[in-house]
Amino acid sequence: MADEKPNVALFATCLVDLFRPTVGFAAARLLEDAGCEVSVPHVQTCCGQPAYNNGDRKDTRRIAAKVIKAFAGYDYVVAPSGSCAAMIRRHYPELFKDDPKRAEAAQDLADRTYELVSFITDVRGRRAVVARHDGSCTYHDSCSGLRELGVREQPRTLLRSVFGLDLHELPDSDVCCGFGGTFCVKYPEISNRMVEEKVKNVQETGAEMLLAGDLGCLMNIWGKLRRDGVDIQVRHVAEVLAGMLDRPPIGEIKPKRDVPSWPPASASVQD
Amino acid sequence: MQSTARRFKQNAHEAMADAPLQKALGNIKHGFIQKRRKAAARLPEFEALRDQAREIKNHTLAHLDFYLERFEQKVVDNGGTVHWCRTAEDARRAILSVCRLVGAKTVTKGKTMIGEEIGINDFLAEHGITPVETDLGEYIIQLRNETPSHIIAPAIHVNKEQVAEAFRKEHTHLEPGRLLDDPPQLLAEARQEMRDKFLAADVGITGANFLIAETGSSVIVTNEGNGDLTQTLPRVHIVLASLEKVVPTLEDASTILRVLARSATGQEFSVYTTFSTGARRADDLDGPEQYHVVLLDNGRSDMIGTEFQEMLRCIRCGACLNHCPVYGAVGGHAYGWVYSGPMGAVLTPSLIGIGEAGHLPNASSFCGRCEEVCPMRIPLPKMMRHWREREFERQIRPTVARTGLRLWAFMVRRPWLYRRLTGFAVHMLASWAHGGARLQRLPMAKGWTAYREFPVPEGSTFVDQWRAHQRQILEEELA
Amino acid sequence: MTTRGEIFARIRAGIGRDDALDDEKARELIDRLESPKRNLVPARSDLDRTRLVDLFVSMAEEAAATVQRVSHAGAIPRAVVSYLARHNLPMRVTMAPDSSLDRIPWKLEPMLALRQGKADPADEVSLTAAFAGIAESGTLMVISGAHHPSTLNLLPDSHMVVLHENQIVGAYEDGWDLLRRAQGDGEKRLPRTVLFVTGPSRSADIEQTIQMGAHGPRRLHILLVADYVGQGRQAS
Repeated sequence: MADEKPNVALFATCLVDLFRPTVGFAAARLLEDAGCEVSVPHVQTCCGQPAYNNGDRKDTRRIAAKVIKAFAGYDYVVAPSGSCAAMIRRHYPELFKDDPKRAEAAQDLADRTYELVSFITDVRGRRAVVARHDGSCTYHDSCSGLRELGVREQPRTLLRSVFGLDLHELPDSDVCCGFGGTFCVKYPEISNRMVEEKVKNVQETGAEMLLAGDLGCLMNIWGKLRRDGVDIQVRHVAEVLAGMLDRPPIGEIKPKRDVPSWPPASASVQD
Repeated sequence: MQSTARRFKQNAHEAMADAPLQKALGNIKHGFIQKRRKAAARLPEFEALRDQAREIKNHTLAHLDFYLERFEQKVVDNGGTVHWCRTAEDARRAILSVCRLVGAKTVTKGKTMIGEEIGINDFLAEHGITPVETDLGEYIIQLRNETPSHIIAPAIHVNKEQVAEAFRKEHTHLEPGRLLDDPPQLLAEARQEMRDKFLAADVGITGANFLIAETGSSVIVTNEGNGDLTQTLPRVHIVLASLEKVVPTLEDASTILRVLARSATGQEFSVYTTFSTGARRADDLDGPEQYHVVLLDNGRSDMIGTEFQEMLRCIRCGACLNHCPVYGAVGGHAYGWVYSGPMGAVLTPSLIGIGEAGHLPNASSFCGRCEEVCPMRIPLPKMMRHWREREFERQIRPTVARTGLRLWAFMVRRPWLYRRLTGFAVHMLASWAHGGARLQRLPMAKGWTAYREFPVPEGSTFVDQWRAHQRQILEEELA
Repeated sequence: MTTRGEIFARIRAGIGRDDALDDEKARELIDRLESPKRNLVPARSDLDRTRLVDLFVSMAEEAAATVQRVSHAGAIPRAVVSYLARHNLPMRVTMAPDSSLDRIPWKLEPMLALRQGKADPADEVSLTAAFAGIAESGTLMVISGAHHPSTLNLLPDSHMVVLHENQIVGAYEDGWDLLRRAQGDGEKRLPRTVLFVTGPSRSADIEQTIQMGAHGPRRLHILLVADYVGQGRQAS
């Protein structure tokens, strides 16, 4: 077997980039442990879903063109999000279906793009991780990953390999949490009703920690749990799989002293 | 029917405060959803049948003119009449003229969504003809002067106390002591009341689940048997159907029927599936003397060849409603017109305009559960997105939202600018939180913070931290 | 332009075709209609005769029909009478004017009053034959005609149906083939109604609670006869 390491571009996604860099580091560690060479292209921003799902097809195509360029030349592009990976895998080719040249590039990127956990299992063939967590967890299936990419058993398989972890199935784990991108602010009352149901089910499991593969859903469910005063920790599944539990869970961190000054010194862009 | 789709948000707000409705919606989870799952799992060919069902309808729609002509020819050969109707008004007039021809005073009706779409009940009543719904659910909502809140369970929002109340009010002969406490008592009362109406009716109107081009038949599917009584007892049977209901052959209908009942109620087969072909034959002992098909377009021909054509595969099973978390939160009436749930979110704008029904395709989290269960594999989320695109193109959405979106898109395409602005956002959010980890109020995300806490970013952005991290590794290696 | 013409013009504009189909394509579609092909038929009912009959019975019972197996047509009168007695029903039955039912030795049960004809609203029990039984879902295929008024399937509270084992086929498609064969070259159109009945009438329209006997019969009782050797129009 060739020992060559595939060159993987980590697409952190805009939410991880802004709100929870821990997920990005966890993803990088998982990819490295799975024998990949990890790069983080600095020109990455967002996959374009907010424009796409609000009917702005023209801007979506422009954004997609940028993303296609940003991730050219890598063996794989991996995102710790079923939603953003599905946007590239399932929707980019369709965006350019009347533009054969770009369609080809979009299809090429689509074929190389994966959601993190399914990439580790399905492409890198890993059935287990080396990690430990003494506690109970439950797992929410984010809609896009589940239905557009078939991510269902993969995270459960890997979670079962975590030493000490007790996995409780979440009732109606496949029902939307109500995030839905801009849906949660366009129809907040309905979104709230959906996340109420989700929180009820999460509590029913008795688990100490909720996991999922998409930060949007996690922020939504976390936000509701905290508003209701429910003390269940919330983390991205990659954090547990990568053994990065030394960092505090979502929304428990006080911003560090190193909050960047404005303008941030590190913000010069080279590539 | 008058649409209230424009006030979807207000409708939804009221629906979420409606306790009986919320209880009924909660029952769907353990009723329809579980039953469908079991029925699908029990038939190994279920997924393959869905594929074939889709192909049958695609083939039919690609040659719709041919199959409609053949269907019409067969109906005529069998002694029936086809009435072609472009608009709801055409269809109402066609039905009225048939009713007048036979001097009809009362009309019984099987469940028909097209009847709701054209508002036939009010129209007949205005013209001195009494319409009587015979499906139990439809009958209940007719007494309550409501519209259906679910395709296959029209009165799903009504509890048994409300049914009893409606019966006591409308069945004036009822003795006050008559017990109407539980569903069996209510059913017995409805059955008794309905019998006389069946027998007295001059015209019976049914919908059609399918029209068969091969034979000129119309097909209805019911569990109660009301549709069969409706089309057998009166002198005239009117089939009210939209033109996309046609399929080529009996075999094709059989294939789709295998996915219909399983998707709708989780039954292996509905109790009564009836193929009706023309009027009573010379030596028949019962059956109607006349058979009319009122064939309605009402905007459907305009959907052919557009990104909404696939919606015409819909067989009205209601699975997308049952599995939709938005429908599950607000119920059917919130959608403000005849069709609700994901199928309504796609179909309604086609029929009454996106300006009127703009909320419907927007009020979806795109979770995709509807498409996952649709027996006809209709890409409902994709078509809702197409409606959003049409809205965006026509600038129907509020200017503030559009401008915000365009600005964001501008920034996303310029990584240097994006880096600076996200860095700034991290800084701002942290300073607003005064060193805390969450925000309870955020002026530009009121929709979020009205119900949820908002997390403060961990520190600088991931890309920035990653670069710092890489630099550090490099320095350590050099040192 | 007529309304009809306008609708066709719009449909064709949507399809992207100016006029009717060309002859070759039309021929192909006409063939599709005139010699209908089966789509995928579930393997469930692909069974030998004994197991096919068993499948029919278990599926019918699952749909809340009751099935009584009798060894020969001569046992039917006894079975009818005992069913009526068991359910406290009057010994009065309205029977379809069907020659296959006429041949049953009804005089064995002199207490049973039979009337032939369509259903009267006051009738409590009807007895009809079936055209076929569909094993895949325990469904009765019933056709209307001079021998079988439709009202008998619907108006009385109890519906009894005589079905012979050799009338049981696997799938709906088998039922259509039987019907087309039975019609032969003469009658090209279907009977006024072809009704597929799967269990007794029911409704879940009040609080999603299933109750039997919404408008149609509360009870569906199938008398399944083992040794049919007549020359009816049904299956060979």
